[in-house]
Amino acid sequence: MAHQSDLIAEDIAAYLKAQEEKSMLRFITCGSVDDGKSTLIGRLLYDSKLIFEDQLNALEADSKKMGTQGQEIDFALLVDGLAAEREQGITIDVAYRFFSTDKRKFIVADTPGHEQYTRNMATGASTADVAILLIDARRGVLTQTRRHSFICSLLGIKRIVLAVNKMDLVDYSQDVLNEIDADYRAFAKDFGFEDIVTIPLSALKGDNIIESSDATPWYEGPSLMHYLENVQVGDARQAADFRLPVQWVNRPNLDFRGFSGTVASGTIKVGDPIKALPSAQESRVKSIVTYDGDLDEAVAGEAITLTLEDEIDISRGDIIAGKDHPPEVADQFEAKIIWMHDDAMLPGRPYLFKTANKIIPGAVTDLKHKINVNTLAKAAAKQLELNEIGVCNIGLDSRIAFDAYGDNKETGAFIIIDRLTNTTVGVGMIDFALRRASNIHWQALDVNKNARADQKHQRPAVLWFTGLSGSGKSTIANIVEKRLFARGRHTYTLDGDNVRHGLNQDLGFTDADRVENIRRVGEVAKLMVDAGLMVMTSFISPFRAERRMVHDLMAEGEFIEVFVDTPIEVCAERDPKGLYKKAQAGEIKNFTGYDSPYEEPERAAIHVKTAEADAETCADQIIDYLEENGYLNANGGNRD
Amino acid sequence: MTKTLTHLKRLEAESIQIMREVAAEAENPVMLYSVGKDSAVMLHVAMKAFYPSKPPFPLLHVDTTWKFREMIAFRDKMAKDLGLELLVHINEEGVKAGVGPFTHGSATHTDIMKTQALKAALDKYGFDAAFGGARRDEEKSRAKERVFSFRSAQHRWDPKNQRPELWNLYNARKNPGESIRVFPMSNWTELDIWQYIHLENIPIPSLYLSKKRPVVERDGQLFMVDDDRMPMEDGEEPMMKSVRFRTLGCYPLTGAVESEADTLEDVIQEMLLTTSSERQGRVIDHDSAASMEKKKQEGYF
Repeated sequence: MAHQSDLIAEDIAAYLKAQEEKSMLRFITCGSVDDGKSTLIGRLLYDSKLIFEDQLNALEADSKKMGTQGQEIDFALLVDGLAAEREQGITIDVAYRFFSTDKRKFIVADTPGHEQYTRNMATGASTADVAILLIDARRGVLTQTRRHSFICSLLGIKRIVLAVNKMDLVDYSQDVLNEIDADYRAFAKDFGFEDIVTIPLSALKGDNIIESSDATPWYEGPSLMHYLENVQVGDARQAADFRLPVQWVNRPNLDFRGFSGTVASGTIKVGDPIKALPSAQESRVKSIVTYDGDLDEAVAGEAITLTLEDEIDISRGDIIAGKDHPPEVADQFEAKIIWMHDDAMLPGRPYLFKTANKIIPGAVTDLKHKINVNTLAKAAAKQLELNEIGVCNIGLDSRIAFDAYGDNKETGAFIIIDRLTNTTVGVGMIDFALRRASNIHWQALDVNKNARADQKHQRPAVLWFTGLSGSGKSTIANIVEKRLFARGRHTYTLDGDNVRHGLNQDLGFTDADRVENIRRVGEVAKLMVDAGLMVMTSFISPFRAERRMVHDLMAEGEFIEVFVDTPIEVCAERDPKGLYKKAQAGEIKNFTGYDSPYEEPERAAIHVKTAEADAETCADQIIDYLEENGYLNANGGNRD
Repeated sequence: MTKTLTHLKRLEAESIQIMREVAAEAENPVMLYSVGKDSAVMLHVAMKAFYPSKPPFPLLHVDTTWKFREMIAFRDKMAKDLGLELLVHINEEGVKAGVGPFTHGSATHTDIMKTQALKAALDKYGFDAAFGGARRDEEKSRAKERVFSFRSAQHRWDPKNQRPELWNLYNARKNPGESIRVFPMSNWTELDIWQYIHLENIPIPSLYLSKKRPVVERDGQLFMVDDDRMPMEDGEEPMMKSVRFRTLGCYPLTGAVESEADTLEDVIQEMLLTTSSERQGRVIDHDSAASMEKKKQEGYF
């Protein structure tokens, strides 16, 4: 067993020498606490001597206090420690545990709990070589077994251990085991597993965990530990075509230009012809550089630096491949996506896609269907919610080199990043490129008002400020714009100053010109809303009819009238532009409030009174209105 | 013919990949160098990751002024031998106020001279990504921490709001003001660290090896009298004992273990045959039950 070698005490140097040759295995355990998963992991840690005496003392004390096994050690407590953390309100999503034996080091991804199961299990499975599926011998193959198997298969795990636990509770019956084994193989036949090993266990009693158990004399297969120590992994990755995603261009001085990265698959030798993708330039390997000396050959999993015979342009995110078996290059593919965020995935919304060392903008152009993890049934869907799995078409802004995930995990996987929050919102696995129509992206996605608004994560609208000259329209509009801008909204303010000097410089202040002025501003505002913006307009706009006209140009809910209500005496006193003085002196004609009427709005959506509240408070009132009426939801709005 | 990578090669390659990713994506990265064995391994792997270039970031040591003297000498020698830039940050206000473990207790001392000093140093230089040598096997709250762990502008860790991390695809994008703590050694265990030090012949401070050292016993633990700032209690005399340290930190807070292991092999042998877990000699962990988790939320590395 683990680290029990007599060599430790007798000849530590020889022991260490032998240890240097150890390999590593990463696996995931799937099943619920009820299946004895924690007990199983605890048992592996315990039996491999990874538990120190102080931890063991604590474990013994805890077992007596709150364990479920009487005076026996409750191994589950060792792994869980969850109760305390749950009380602290901390969600355990994925915990990694480590143990080793004389032959191998193991990394176990443990994904406790039922909440967020898909997301957590996918995370653990993404790096696992082997999955242990726990089954309660009394209950057999269940819905959750199907769910676990599907996620394992989706993430490309090829080796499954069907760990039939609690055999002690079915009298170690061979018939029970055979029945479960047959059931499972029948239903797992489409999952693409290469190897399924069924082992009868009792994690509690230790049967077939480390040693073959006397309780199952009819069982001739390996114990769980024997399997884990000896299962061969990594061959397929080395046998695959050579891929080196370039991670970092290594230029210590002008004489050295190397391409650093981890070999994703295959092998490479000095002198091998290579092709860099997506540029398709070719060269040969000049040297394979490492700190420990140049290599003749490098294999999958090694972190190396390549130098080439020719000066070709390669940058981070490019893939160096063998000349004769390069990856595909495309900007559109079909992929399976697992959504991992509370905000749903919306087709058409732009995200960032990170593949092997490269970040590219793009969008899900079409959600073909989602897949129920329990029944595997396909269902039509308009969006993907947290923990849902969908089959999608993806369109990227530029071409990338890639392989199908089924052929190569390293060059076929991607993560999806939200552009606003920078968080990882989903992950995907490429199935194949969509080659036939290079414009499928745009066929599937009409660039319309909704698409533009989605891109900006907002709900476009016009805040139409109306009121007397000097009432404070521009001041308040300006504050509102700053607030919206600070929240990441895309905004623009149209006011007399930036319109009258250009677009409307041919117009005066007659009633006809005022109407034409407002008509043009209304049309511009409409275009801006169509472009997805939140627009502030600041015009006296004295006539109801023209405000109504603009209202009618817009779709329902896009026109928000803001009445900036200030008594004319107050405006005249403020007189920021000296216009009232001039009007009183008769120097300007057709001045609203004096010799030209102002028709107050009858049902303004927002009514602010600047004589009673300062501009900041008025701006608050407007922002509150936008909040309450759903204009500022993170997801935007205004869609089906 | 398949070439099997050893577990240490796989761990090393994983750490290299993480370091290169940060170098490529962060604007102003730094490596926290604590002078201990984990830092020694992390630094060694960094030298490999960018070879023949030097690591494209400086080292930062937060000096509490209470580290073992040998650690400081070792630190300066390593930076010089490897030709790397070393930044040393000391909380000068804390020094002026006379903050130390004997006068202020371990919790206050650690907070002011280490946690606050670290935050101040990261802010001062505007580092947006900092490598740390922490491992997931050290302690429960680390088992679930991501390799790329985000900190708010106030350097707080929010364990409830961590990004999913799949495959080796790390999302290093951050919001303004946020910074990243990156743990390239997340998947190493204490045994891996020792085996790697042995295999690669990595220099470590001799404090890890047993030697006769002057110690006093306090609360059942042995502490080394590293300088004359250690107050002696009535009638207390330092005893010469053969001791070594399993972790290195501030000497008044780092318990020694009695041992005759004066070679690396002997230390590993003792570790494999020993029966108590690594952090037991570290006083800060014992201050309160969920202490590490709490410290991390407050900005301790």
